[in-house]
Amino acid sequence: MNMKSDIRLDHKAIADMIPVGASVLDLGCGEGELMYMLVKEKKAKAQGIDIDEQAIYKCVAKGLSVYHGDLDSGLSDYADKSFDFVILNQSLQQVRHLESVLYDSLRVGKKVIVGFPNFAYYKARFQMFFVGKAPITPALPYQWYDSPNLHFLSISDFQEYCKKRGIKIENKKFISKSKIIKAFPNLRANIGIFLISSIYGH
Amino acid sequence: MENSVGIVETKYYTFAHPPNELVLDSGGKLGPITLAYETYGKLNEDKSNAILILHALSGDAHAAGYHEGEDKPGWWDDAIGPGKAFDTDIYYVICSNIIGGCKGSTGPSSINPKTGKPYGIDFPIITIKDMVNAQRHLIDYLGIEKLLCVAGGSMGGMQVLQWLVTYPNRIKSAIPIATATKHSPQQIALNEVGRQAIMADPNWNNGNYYGSEIPAKGLALARMVGHITYMSDKSMEEKFGRQRKNGNGSTKFSADFEVEGYLHYRGNNFVKRFDANSYLYITKAMDYFDIAQGRPLYEVFKGIDAKVLVIAFKSDWLYPTYQSLEIVKACKFAGVDATYCEIDSTYGHDAFLLELESETHLIKHFLRKVYHGYEVLDEYEI
Repeated sequence: MNMKSDIRLDHKAIADMIPVGASVLDLGCGEGELMYMLVKEKKAKAQGIDIDEQAIYKCVAKGLSVYHGDLDSGLSDYADKSFDFVILNQSLQQVRHLESVLYDSLRVGKKVIVGFPNFAYYKARFQMFFVGKAPITPALPYQWYDSPNLHFLSISDFQEYCKKRGIKIENKKFISKSKIIKAFPNLRANIGIFLISSIYGH
Repeated sequence: MENSVGIVETKYYTFAHPPNELVLDSGGKLGPITLAYETYGKLNEDKSNAILILHALSGDAHAAGYHEGEDKPGWWDDAIGPGKAFDTDIYYVICSNIIGGCKGSTGPSSINPKTGKPYGIDFPIITIKDMVNAQRHLIDYLGIEKLLCVAGGSMGGMQVLQWLVTYPNRIKSAIPIATATKHSPQQIALNEVGRQAIMADPNWNNGNYYGSEIPAKGLALARMVGHITYMSDKSMEEKFGRQRKNGNGSTKFSADFEVEGYLHYRGNNFVKRFDANSYLYITKAMDYFDIAQGRPLYEVFKGIDAKVLVIAFKSDWLYPTYQSLEIVKACKFAGVDATYCEIDSTYGHDAFLLELESETHLIKHFLRKVYHGYEVLDEYEI
């Protein structure tokens, strides 16, 4: 599968959006690969949050600062604009209260980076349309019965949502098969990455 | 003796000689003060590898290794030694007994220089802050400007928090384990039962029992209550079930369940090594402890530069995880660099002495980062 190389490329795409020395909060940081890379290559001041105890041990082994807890309740304790960037990479689609997590992220971070699997990727469409089964793609590798994903969205869905909610999209990148996609991303990309901020500054 | 610091000796440091007594939180004075302490490993040349271990209610300075002729190691020997969480091949580890205690440091059973007799309840009320102030004198005496880390569980964790707030510039990192920023009414209530058990023992005699019968029944009962709170429902079930002891049951109400026998054994053993008045003073110090003194905790934590590792245990009902999360919340709001892990353990409060594998992993890597910074992490172990 291309999962691994795609994920590495999405880490790289995220790192490209972050200037050297920035403070970063990685929500759903998993085993800390992205944070580790940001600390090493971007001299980032990084903090992670993850719900999985084993992931915490892996982060600590990398020398990272990380909180064991869930995202739905983990954000409210931060002061406004505590971080230059809040990252929700492959985690937004897994939180129960998506909107409150997203709004809190926009409150806590000056900017927010969201990365998610594109449900409208052509292979997913193909599986739905011709096979008639829930799609399994490199970015959506789970069976319908064991998926941690609670929300299924496409790149177009997210762009429309941002417009509706007054969220400014400052930058975006689309990835497929270890390549950056420019044309027809909603069809051709399996991962979308957005750099967003709150238009009204709150 | 493998991975052990080997044979160790308790050392003593005496300071605060009159008229330069230590001014206590209560405004009273205490001096001279002796602190019992032990050290393991070697202090490096620039004195940057010193770690202070802070003990819980009934602990002492003997945290690791063996005393000559004894076969039982120190109370946290599993965590302190070559290759262990607090690796004595790398770090210089100090463990100091607290004032108010009865294991070689000045406490109610010490001789009051003014009367030539044990202080008893003439001993002044002491606080966690007083304990920490006394330790700071020891650290000064050892010539250490900045501790690499202060670490401890339970009441040891309270001292860690006190170090963090009172002497933030004297420490590079802090590890509070299974602790609280202040006692809840439930914790105070449980301590009060222990104190009342001691004071209801006729032998307590208003604290004047030195040289005669000690309030053994009361102190043993206090310890029995304590041990119930250190375990969890599940760990008791696993350890004792409803097992009966053999060959007992001579009277109607004799202790014939295993769990009863265990509590009696623990209580009676405790009496041999602990002073009842110390139990009163120390539990009071814990109950009065409130690191924020009524202020919001994040305000108290503002500007703290030290890195913090907070550890809690899922089944700990004496120091529930929400109390550790209070520390975490304040760190978040105050921008303190912190890590938090809630270890999935069934051991209850005792877990901080028993969940060695998880604790070792967390502490070892955390200390490595604090000691070396990120340079060393070019390669990491998973």
